[in-house]
Amino acid sequence: MIQSFFNPEIIVASWPIVRAGLLNTVLLSLLVVPLGLFGGLILALLASVKHPAVRWPLMAWVDFFRAFPPLVLLILLFAGLPFAGLELGGFVCVAIAFFLNTGAYYGEILRAGIDSVPGGQIEAARSTGLSRLQAMTSVVLPQAVRNVLPDLLSNTLEVVKLTALGSVVAVPELLYQARQAQSLTYNPTPIVVAAIIYFLMLWPAVRLLSRLENRAFAGP
Amino acid sequence: MNGPIVDARGLHKHFGALHVLRGVDLKVAERELVFVIGPSGSGKSTLLRCLNRLEEPSAGRVVVDGIDMLDPRTDINHARQRIGMVFQSFNLYPHMTALGNVTLALRKVAGKSRAEADALGRAALERVGLGDRAGHTPGQLSGGQQQRVAIARAIALEPRVMLFDEPTSALDPELVGSVLEVMRSLRESGMTMIVVSHEMGFARNAADRVVFMDEGAIVEEGPPAAIFAKPTHERTRAFISQIQRH
Ligand SMILES: Nc1ncnc2c1ncn2[C@@H]1O[C@H](COP(=O)(O)OP(=O)(O)OP(=O)(O)O)[C@@H](O)[C@H]1O
Ligand SMILES: [Mg+2]
Repeated sequence: MIQSFFNPEIIVASWPIVRAGLLNTVLLSLLVVPLGLFGGLILALLASVKHPAVRWPLMAWVDFFRAFPPLVLLILLFAGLPFAGLELGGFVCVAIAFFLNTGAYYGEILRAGIDSVPGGQIEAARSTGLSRLQAMTSVVLPQAVRNVLPDLLSNTLEVVKLTALGSVVAVPELLYQARQAQSLTYNPTPIVVAAIIYFLMLWPAVRLLSRLENRAFAGP
Repeated sequence: MNGPIVDARGLHKHFGALHVLRGVDLKVAERELVFVIGPSGSGKSTLLRCLNRLEEPSAGRVVVDGIDMLDPRTDINHARQRIGMVFQSFNLYPHMTALGNVTLALRKVAGKSRAEADALGRAALERVGLGDRAGHTPGQLSGGQQQRVAIARAIALEPRVMLFDEPTSALDPELVGSVLEVMRSLRESGMTMIVVSHEMGFARNAADRVVFMDEGAIVEEGPPAAIFAKPTHERTRAFISQIQRH
């Protein structure tokens, strides 16, 4: 049992491959989380524009990318774009897919955060001469982010987990590398190692999230 | 400058079908304290908010310190620095210290360096008696202290006129005095003020003129003694006797 699922020799032998995957997963996360947050911020700011010419397309955009399965989106970009003459490679496709998909989620979270800030805050800021944008960045957004911090963190956890989708388009992240090692060694141990690494990587964030959520329940 | 600091003429405001201001004219001279009273829903807040264009008037003219507030060419953000506003619910920024609240616009709008802004901010907090609370966040301050920080936030920009919208209505009775105290000292320093409030004692002592509004119009105005002792309109009389019964 141990020999086939947690074989020490295989752990050692496959470690360089798995390690490279871990590194890429970290790098990928460091790319797609800010990218998604950036996309979300744009969507959330646009949501404060009440004009129908902005409102309806925005709503359609957010709904579409929240409803569209990210795996399908990724494969569509990867397999479909070459037919449109665009050969982007797995990495760029992952970046685009995450920007679209997780951006829509982050956008909804940030929008809820902005809505949770009382209107009097903007009025006070504007009454002292701050522009709409200054009031947003200095007064509203800091409070908005604080109010939805647990949701932002929870979504970020999901995003990091979703980076495993990169394996489908040959991005050498942790899962992809572990499967490579598995097929080289004819042993599932590297997959088990990858699973443990995922857990160890995300568990502290899950703990932190629980604490944030409990604090939210307990009130300020 | 001998003209009025605030010159509003023929102000109308509609909210959909609701006609909230029905042709209000209000002139306020330099150093004058105008006290606005009237029943709930009569349009007092809306009037104040039209003066700094937090609310867009449907018709009329607003000139403050020589600046046409409704002219599209007016830099509204610049113009608003000349008009301080104090809200019933304070509206302090909860994520900043008292000093941070007071210096934000000094840095972002007035273009002061952090050091300059801090010095001006501390001076403003000093003026409202809170020099020792600069590092406290709003959550660590009493309601009265919060409102005084809000006043400091406005006066730090050296406005030409201050608008107060029920500044003491959200306060416990024992905290009202400290805020009125600050308003009185502001008045003594020569600040032009428009105050919406139910503090009739303050009106009697400090106001130059009392304006009674009802149903979106100014019904009657005059020196406090005259308005309170012998109002000419029945509606004013009814309102004042009702207030005084409380
Ligand atoms: N943003 C708004 N949209 C729709 N109606 C509004 C809006 N703001 C104010 N009103 C309405 O306009 C009327 C006047 O409101 P306003 O707040 O100016 O009255 P007020 O004299 O300040 O009353 P109070 O003493 O209760 O503060 C009210 O009927 C109010 O419901
Ligand atoms: Mg009001």
